[in-house]
Amino acid sequence: MDVFVAQCIDRVREAAARGSALRIRGGGTKDFYGNLPVGERLDTRPYAGIVSYDPSELVVTVRAGTPLAELESLLASQGQMLAFEPPHFGAGATVGGCVAAGLAGPRRASSGTTHGSVRDFLLGASLLDGRARVLRFGGTVMKNVAGYDVTRALAASMGFLGLILEVSLKVLPRPRAERTLRFEFDEFAALARLNAWAGEPLPLSASCWEAGVLHLRLAGAMPAVDAAARRLGGEAADAQAAEGFWRAMREQESAFFSGGAPLWRFALPSTAQPLGLEGGSCIEWGGAQRWQRTDLAADVLRTRAASLGGHATLFRGGARESGVFTPLSPALLAIHHRLKDEFDPARVFNPGRLVPGL
Amino acid sequence: MDQSVVIEHPELLAALRRVLPAGALLTMAEDTQPYECDGLTLIRQRPMAVALPVTEGQVAEVLHLCRAFGVPVVPRGAGTGLAGSALPHAGGVLLSLARFNRILAVDGPARTATVQPGVRNLAISEAAAPLGMYYAPDPSSQIACTIGGNVAENSGGVHCLKYGLTLHNVLRVRGYTMAGEAVEFGGLALDAPGLDLLPLVIGSEGMLAVTTEVTVRLVPKPQLARCIMASFADVADAGDAVAALIGAGIIPAGLEMMDQAATRLVEPFANAGYDLDAAAVLLCESDGTPEEVDDEILRMTDVLRGARATRIQVSRDEAERLLFWAGRKNAFPAAGRAAPAYYCTDGTIPRKHIGTMLRSIQDMERRYGLACPNVFHAGDGNLHPLVLFDDADPDSVARAEAFGAEILEESVRLGGTVTGEHGVGMEKLNQMCSQFDEPSLAAFRGVKRAFDPDGLLNPGKVVPTLHRCAEYGRMRVKAGNLPFPELPRF
Ligand SMILES: Cc1cc2nc3c(=O)[nH]c(=O)nc-3n(C[C@H](O)[C@H](O)[C@H](O)COP(=O)(O)OP(=O)(O)OC[C@H]3O[C@@H](n4cnc5c(N)ncnc54)[C@H](O)[C@@H]3O)c2cc1C
Repeated sequence: MDVFVAQCIDRVREAAARGSALRIRGGGTKDFYGNLPVGERLDTRPYAGIVSYDPSELVVTVRAGTPLAELESLLASQGQMLAFEPPHFGAGATVGGCVAAGLAGPRRASSGTTHGSVRDFLLGASLLDGRARVLRFGGTVMKNVAGYDVTRALAASMGFLGLILEVSLKVLPRPRAERTLRFEFDEFAALARLNAWAGEPLPLSASCWEAGVLHLRLAGAMPAVDAAARRLGGEAADAQAAEGFWRAMREQESAFFSGGAPLWRFALPSTAQPLGLEGGSCIEWGGAQRWQRTDLAADVLRTRAASLGGHATLFRGGARESGVFTPLSPALLAIHHRLKDEFDPARVFNPGRLVPGL
Repeated sequence: MDQSVVIEHPELLAALRRVLPAGALLTMAEDTQPYECDGLTLIRQRPMAVALPVTEGQVAEVLHLCRAFGVPVVPRGAGTGLAGSALPHAGGVLLSLARFNRILAVDGPARTATVQPGVRNLAISEAAAPLGMYYAPDPSSQIACTIGGNVAENSGGVHCLKYGLTLHNVLRVRGYTMAGEAVEFGGLALDAPGLDLLPLVIGSEGMLAVTTEVTVRLVPKPQLARCIMASFADVADAGDAVAALIGAGIIPAGLEMMDQAATRLVEPFANAGYDLDAAAVLLCESDGTPEEVDDEILRMTDVLRGARATRIQVSRDEAERLLFWAGRKNAFPAAGRAAPAYYCTDGTIPRKHIGTMLRSIQDMERRYGLACPNVFHAGDGNLHPLVLFDDADPDSVARAEAFGAEILEESVRLGGTVTGEHGVGMEKLNQMCSQFDEPSLAAFRGVKRAFDPDGLLNPGKVVPTLHRCAEYGRMRVKAGNLPFPELPRF
């Protein structure tokens, strides 16, 4: 067995025996996210490296501590990419952190081939759980329904079930052409347009509306992008500037994200009406993800989100200690309780980070 | 298994009769017999009773009562499953969701449909058609199978290479746990708080919750689709062509292969014009805008030529495209006509091993003395070998089962999985022992307990017991056919 894995097994056993907690951490770029981390640090970075990559199989298997940037440049060298366009939020982002946080970038709501969430592209994983078991789920093939799909439940799990050791990800060819269009629309018009366009066979790969300006990214075969651009109108953005724009969106480096007030993320049905909160929203994913800087109380925001059919997360800043995620229904909470009991009965891994008290 | 033994539980039946409408509880042998198996007809068992509730409240009551009496419940949709996942329990209640057959809402602007679980797969696309949209996953059984069954099996279809599996096209599942408690997985937004339990429930073969409502996403119908039919002189060439297409950065809308035995089997039935001299035929589809399709068809044709295709034909119109597909989609019925019975397995392997696998299957055909035409989702590496046998001849049945099992073992050995889309059910329990090690199987049992602590919802499927794996291991070592028994199995 690998030395790192053996050491981790010892640490899990020790922590379980002592009743102490381990806080899983890669590059620490997502320290800000989720409920407050507690416990002794378990650094995943020593467990790094590409295990296998076969471009014609569209699969890459990597160890969790591998730098995300390293994986992405390897894929780019073969004309491929991670279809969920993950944010890094800093130079040190690791693949394990990317999967565990489950955050996807602008491509999340693209049409056609890609349904763009981290989960959608996870094919297999190995996990060290709180019982110090090394478990393997899924595999490296595109379709696999053998056993419960624990692999995909690891996306966005924030270490709830244990330490992700290795993941197999489905990758996609990079689009052959991309173009960004710019439109001036108010929020209502932008939402109406985005939802109408998403109902047409158009090669949409990202959208962002803020302060009266809608950016739309098209991606696909050159003729399809050309035809869509002709059909949609708008003003074509310079390619390099567009790339910078979408990178800034992904990394939350634009002016909208630089304010001081807490940053809230609303996940809503794309057709939900505008939030109508002071300061205005930044809208992504065709209307399905909306950002808001606001000092309003959590319960006010959560009630608003629920009334629109979604949920709200305190993404950055604010009163993290009162819980950043929307509380679960009693039925779901009971299932979480029992899952935690099965995978991590001594509450070793990332206690409370995803679900308060668990 | 002795099918005649049905355990009676008069108290429970009386209680169920009180909560269900008249005619919604079947207990007479002649009424329960149609439910004795699903599409895997090799295993049959009549249930104690069949419940056909029409409301969620009744579903909750049935679950509640069965739990109180400690009686197992097996949910069922249309019964087209191929792995025995819906096989009843002798002392259990079969819970049919067939009467949950209403489309509750089709939301054009939001591109979703909310339906009851007994709605047929194709009916969703039909309801969305006036909006220019459809539900993408299209199992060949789509005229008959239900969305509840699709969710339970994470079903695929010929277009899932590009459009994803059930998992990628379902937003929300509402259901009941064995405790009779309502619960929602996912939601109308693209994610939900907490662990993402939707992927656990999707593909759980009715073992974690009973689905009573599903919200699916609808996608716009592509303006145009065209299909290439390419012939190959060797199955290995066809396998290489699949890898070459994907390697060239092309994700076809569908990429299916049929070997010669399969084309010869279906041609008289479908008149699709398949090249009967070819060792293998690939169907390769492009869809999108007319410009996109023209461009992609050219690129696909280039790659296929470079990969030694001996003949290439591109569908000229929609009628011809549908004709190309007709044979592929009717492969199962054609197999059903060619032999008294057929047995379809479902292993998935890395694409690069398609040629190796097909050669191994040819060798097995000789060893087992049974024919096995192959049709499959080549783009995903998902095999559907159709072992033809005689179900009236016990020896033929035994050889067919052993043949199927060996294909699954070979799939695992090649780095694949025992099931790509049909599920484990009863059928592949043994091979689960080869694919997963004991700790991982134990973790699956833990997942089951977390949703269903009493183990009453569709018990005995998917996850083999420790005991069963030990038996299977002993049997295989004795048979001496376990390659590299010392290696860890994944
Ligand atoms: C000719 C033919 C072609 C096929 N082609 C394909 C194909 O291309 N791709 C593919 O993936 N499959 C295919 N199948 C397999 C089968 O059609 C699918 O597995 C389908 O999803 C089963 O749906 P069903 O409604 O018949 O479910 P059933 O067979 O009735 O049940 C299947 C499983 O779902 C559970 N279940 C059903 N409804 C519910 C519910 N409401 N709540 C909880 N659990 C439930 C059952 O307990 C069982 O475990 C094919 C089958 C046939 C016979």
